[in-house]
Amino acid sequence: MNRLPFHAPGQKLDAMTVITGAQGVAHAIRQIDPDVFPVYPITPQTPIIQTLSQFVADGLCHTHVLDVESEHSAMSAAIGAALAGVRTMTATASQGLALMVEVIYLAASMRAPIVTAVGNRALSGPINIHGDHSDAMLARDSGAVQLFVENAEEAYHFTIIATRVAEDPRVLLPVMVGLDGFTITHSAEPVALLPDERVRAFVGPYSYPYPLLGPEVGTYGPFAMPDSYFECKRQQIAALENGLEVFEQVSAAFADLAGRHYLAVEPYRLAGAQAALVMMGSHCGTAKDVVDGLRSQGLPVGLLQIRLYRPFPREMVGRLLADIPQVAVLDKASSPGTLPPLFLDVAASVSHPRQLVSVIYGLGGRDVPAADLAGLYHGLLEQRLPQATPWYLKGRPAWDEEDEPWPT
Amino acid sequence: MNPGKALLRPDMMPHILCPGCGHGIVLNVLIRVLARRYASLDKVALVAGIGCSSRIVGYIDANTLHTTHGRALSFATGLKLARPDMTVIVVTGDGDGLGIGGNHLIHAARRNVDLTCILFNNETYGMTGGQLAPTTVTQAYTTTSPYGNRERAFDAALLATAAGATFVARGQAFRPDLLDDLLDQALDHRGFSFVDVMTDCTEYFGRKNALGGGSDLLFSQSRSDVEVTRDLNEWPQLQDPHGFAIRETLAMGVLHESDRPTLEAVMGLSGYRRGEG
Ligand code: SF4
Repeated sequence: MNRLPFHAPGQKLDAMTVITGAQGVAHAIRQIDPDVFPVYPITPQTPIIQTLSQFVADGLCHTHVLDVESEHSAMSAAIGAALAGVRTMTATASQGLALMVEVIYLAASMRAPIVTAVGNRALSGPINIHGDHSDAMLARDSGAVQLFVENAEEAYHFTIIATRVAEDPRVLLPVMVGLDGFTITHSAEPVALLPDERVRAFVGPYSYPYPLLGPEVGTYGPFAMPDSYFECKRQQIAALENGLEVFEQVSAAFADLAGRHYLAVEPYRLAGAQAALVMMGSHCGTAKDVVDGLRSQGLPVGLLQIRLYRPFPREMVGRLLADIPQVAVLDKASSPGTLPPLFLDVAASVSHPRQLVSVIYGLGGRDVPAADLAGLYHGLLEQRLPQATPWYLKGRPAWDEEDEPWPT
Repeated sequence: MNPGKALLRPDMMPHILCPGCGHGIVLNVLIRVLARRYASLDKVALVAGIGCSSRIVGYIDANTLHTTHGRALSFATGLKLARPDMTVIVVTGDGDGLGIGGNHLIHAARRNVDLTCILFNNETYGMTGGQLAPTTVTQAYTTTSPYGNRERAFDAALLATAAGATFVARGQAFRPDLLDDLLDQALDHRGFSFVDVMTDCTEYFGRKNALGGGSDLLFSQSRSDVEVTRDLNEWPQLQDPHGFAIRETLAMGVLHESDRPTLEAVMGLSGYRRGEG
């Protein structure tokens, strides 16, 4: 089977433009035309704001880009703007997201639907500017919706989808769109830009149901004693859980617009698979190629791609993995002292958690050769990978912690 | 040859600075001063945040601490209070020290911790690609202000003075001799000393504002017979009689000096003494 990742059926090839993931996000923002965009520079997010600033300078959108003094200020200003009743977005990465996290919790609790593009990058230390998911994992319990994209086109599409998900009255929460640092933010790929008017019509005009500066006076962010804090949290949890259904509805509507139907959890050649990997982000593309190669050799392998990470689609994951005997969950982040986050989420979703294999890969931008993913599939099929203990795919030549060879 | 060359870490070369970047001149002056003042750097610590300027501490063979964006002064305060006998120098940039870390600057000045803070002021965020900084002068172009900056720039020296710094000076990459003297005085000073060093980002600030290459940028730092205006934000209308941009319109030299007990002295920390060992 030949996959043409950039060519959806019926799509006009002459509408293609070659842009990076960061530029894709900037184009989506230009089309959505949010009112306020407070932001602070950080690699590898900066091409997003640079491209957007140029669009603003060229008069292509009306966004107020506010160059604030830190990411903490960026998210704070974003909440102020969102609550005042205007559409607000921002972008960050790594240490910037870490600094933002305190305020993202507030955005979630004040129900501020701010879309944040995150150029996923390793956290210090040691300081490293390359892609992994450790920054996103730091924000995973904040109450925000989290999405992970695979390529530049998805970065563009998901920024549009995220806007509608965030602003849906059943959700009204911040949404983070994760695009792997450099692998997606800085890699140019063919992307079909949608017509501006259709994107604008798709997201619709912004209307915040309870604007702070609306006709009635109100209060946001007051103190909650033990008698009410718990209830507030319960409501936030319920709103986030609504995110799955809303994502599916928005995604279905988006399919009519763009010819792409994104699933919260996407099975790739899972039918009849005896071994599967569970992954998020850019390396799903690598894994799909590996799956195609192995399938053409007759090996029963597949991939489960997680696009919606929060809320975690537990029931779907459990159902899709139910009949697959050998499953490895690949985390591009670690949780020292226990098994890594995506693994734990998957383990909590399946009926046979003890059989799952946990693999940590790509930390700090470490390369992930296709041959290593193929090796993982072989290891799974031959049942020689240890279960329920984290293993490390470190790239050639060694793969485990002690620099021992592959388990044979 | 600069006698400070022996203080460099050869295994860290080549450095990351772009051709023509003013930071190299400041590094050159700094190691010259260090070599002259200290027989050994064992009791000297250099603490830095994040950015092109902060990167240079890695090139000097002293005790060096690389920290997070904007927080070098906080790390340095802890270091200094634990080892009051040491000379602690903070190397920071304008984005690092006045943007994300601006709060720490005013509090370090207020406490009058005996630190020397050297702020490389190139009016932009160099390392991340030349974005608008709190020191970018009004109307200047950066990658995030392609329409020209609409905000006002900080006067870093005035800020540090108002916050309580007991030694405040301003130098420039264009005048290594003056800078040498100012760094020397700053290290002599007992209390929080702050040196605002006007330097250049050729790669971004220079390019975006069509100021030419490294030597052109240095030249634009030179004083002319045009009156010193004391307001950074009048740039870029200012030109010398030959049509060259004049960027450094502010007063240079020691701008403020006062005597106030240091935090170490007030706390009665043992091992704290005046001057350098
Ligand atoms: S980016 Fe600018 S500040 Fe950084 S090294 Fe290059 S010229 Fe210097």
